[in-house]
Amino acid sequence: MDLHLSHVAHRYGALEVLDDIDFTIPQGHIVCIIGPSGCGKSTLLRLIGGLEQPTRGAVLQIGEPPADSRNPLTFIFQDFALLPWRSVHGNVSLVLEDQALAPPAREAIIEDVLQRTKLGDFRDAFPRQLSGGMKQRVAIARALSVNPACLLMDEPLAALDSQTRELLMDDLVELWSREPFTACYVTHNLAEAVRLGHRVIVLSRRPGRIREVVEIDLPLAGRMAQRAELEALQDRLWRLMREEALAADLELADA
Amino acid sequence: MPEAAPLKERQVAFRGGGFAPRPVGFVGPIVFVGLLLFWEVGSRLGWISALILPAPSAALAALRDLFDSGLLFKHLGASLQRLLLGWCLGTLAGVAIGLAAGLFSLARAGVVPLVSAIFPIPKIALLPLFIIWFGIGEESKIATIFFGVFFPTVIAVYGGIDNVDRSLIRMGQSFGLRWTSIVRKIVLPGALPAILSGFRITASIAIILLVAAEMIAAEFGVGAYILMAGNLMATDQLIAGVTLLSLLGLTVGWLIGRAERFLLRWRS
Repeated sequence: MDLHLSHVAHRYGALEVLDDIDFTIPQGHIVCIIGPSGCGKSTLLRLIGGLEQPTRGAVLQIGEPPADSRNPLTFIFQDFALLPWRSVHGNVSLVLEDQALAPPAREAIIEDVLQRTKLGDFRDAFPRQLSGGMKQRVAIARALSVNPACLLMDEPLAALDSQTRELLMDDLVELWSREPFTACYVTHNLAEAVRLGHRVIVLSRRPGRIREVVEIDLPLAGRMAQRAELEALQDRLWRLMREEALAADLELADA
Repeated sequence: MPEAAPLKERQVAFRGGGFAPRPVGFVGPIVFVGLLLFWEVGSRLGWISALILPAPSAALAALRDLFDSGLLFKHLGASLQRLLLGWCLGTLAGVAIGLAAGLFSLARAGVVPLVSAIFPIPKIALLPLFIIWFGIGEESKIATIFFGVFFPTVIAVYGGIDNVDRSLIRMGQSFGLRWTSIVRKIVLPGALPAILSGFRITASIAIILLVAAEMIAAEFGVGAYILMAGNLMATDQLIAGVTLLSLLGLTVGWLIGRAERFLLRWRS
């Protein structure tokens, strides 16, 4: 299943947030969206995930999601969005409880995703006992448990310290290499974009328009060995974004 | 180069700390027992007239008399029954209406102004009306407690729901959870801390209204016992009755504390 955004525009009252956004997220690819703060990146993701409706244009699914996908469009949030009153196991279980699954099948899925995200020993821990990185792992496990056709990741590493961020980036690359998933990855961190993106979409400041689409043809798994290329790419992205970021920074929030 | 005089060394002065009260377990009982002792000694030495304030031992004797006569459980039983019925019914209705006001715009628009208008009325002022409506028996007392409990419960419940983290609700929607699942597994547990603090307040309100209602029209009940003691100037019985109320309040508070500790164990 591919996702196609067809001339999407969105406004909150008089405030124009996004304008004429048109791109495709091909199956098995990670598309990164970068842009200055307040350019509507997160809004764009919510439009893709059906949590908001675009003012104009449409988000289209091309082809059917795999039959075993229990929630084709699945979010991973910046603030993790874990229920503090449920254990690690309970937080994953939450999103499976409304599915037509026999309890043993459900337990098997939970066991599998906790193993894949290296959380096997933490199944009974509560969110308050976990570090930020572990919390995001739980959120990733929860997302994987519903077999998403496309992951919608809203700055998933932004709330973490830089070392944890590196580790989790490695984990994401490893997960993708073992079983390629489709993802739309919103971030303001250029290093994440060049490490994880097959395609990077650069948005302008508000109202967000597509400023440039950068294709990265390096295989994900080998990118750490190609630091020079990554640096060059990152530089190029930064040159594209710098003026926009500068201008966005000088805007009044309520103007 | 001339030898420089050694610079003076001084420890940096400490100016942090404070503003963090710690639990000091033994002070409470000491203050309590000390006050009782002072009171008892004062009464025995004649500093405090027995008519103005009877000695703790006299109040205790009055309590023992009450126990021996078998009336203690009759009074307590009558009071507890009213309290339980009134509080439970008021809480049930309050949670139901508060939920509706927390979840549906229409219910909120209808309920909130009504609650604001009726909540500030002291329910005891309505007791004569309740007596006309429901008769002089148990119903009017239970109704007083019911209304006293109902309104603060509504406010606590919908306020609690308003404070549930919206990002958790969006998360539930993004995983395609059913509406009922979102309410049951995300909204209600999220509102539970506020609802339980509401219970603390409504339990105290219920006890206050219970005594007031029993003072107006009741044969049995702690309130009736206190009123009778007051009319007879039997201040030892009055203190005994008030002590019963205090114990009742402490017990209820302790029970809610236990419930909080159990239901909100994910917090600590």
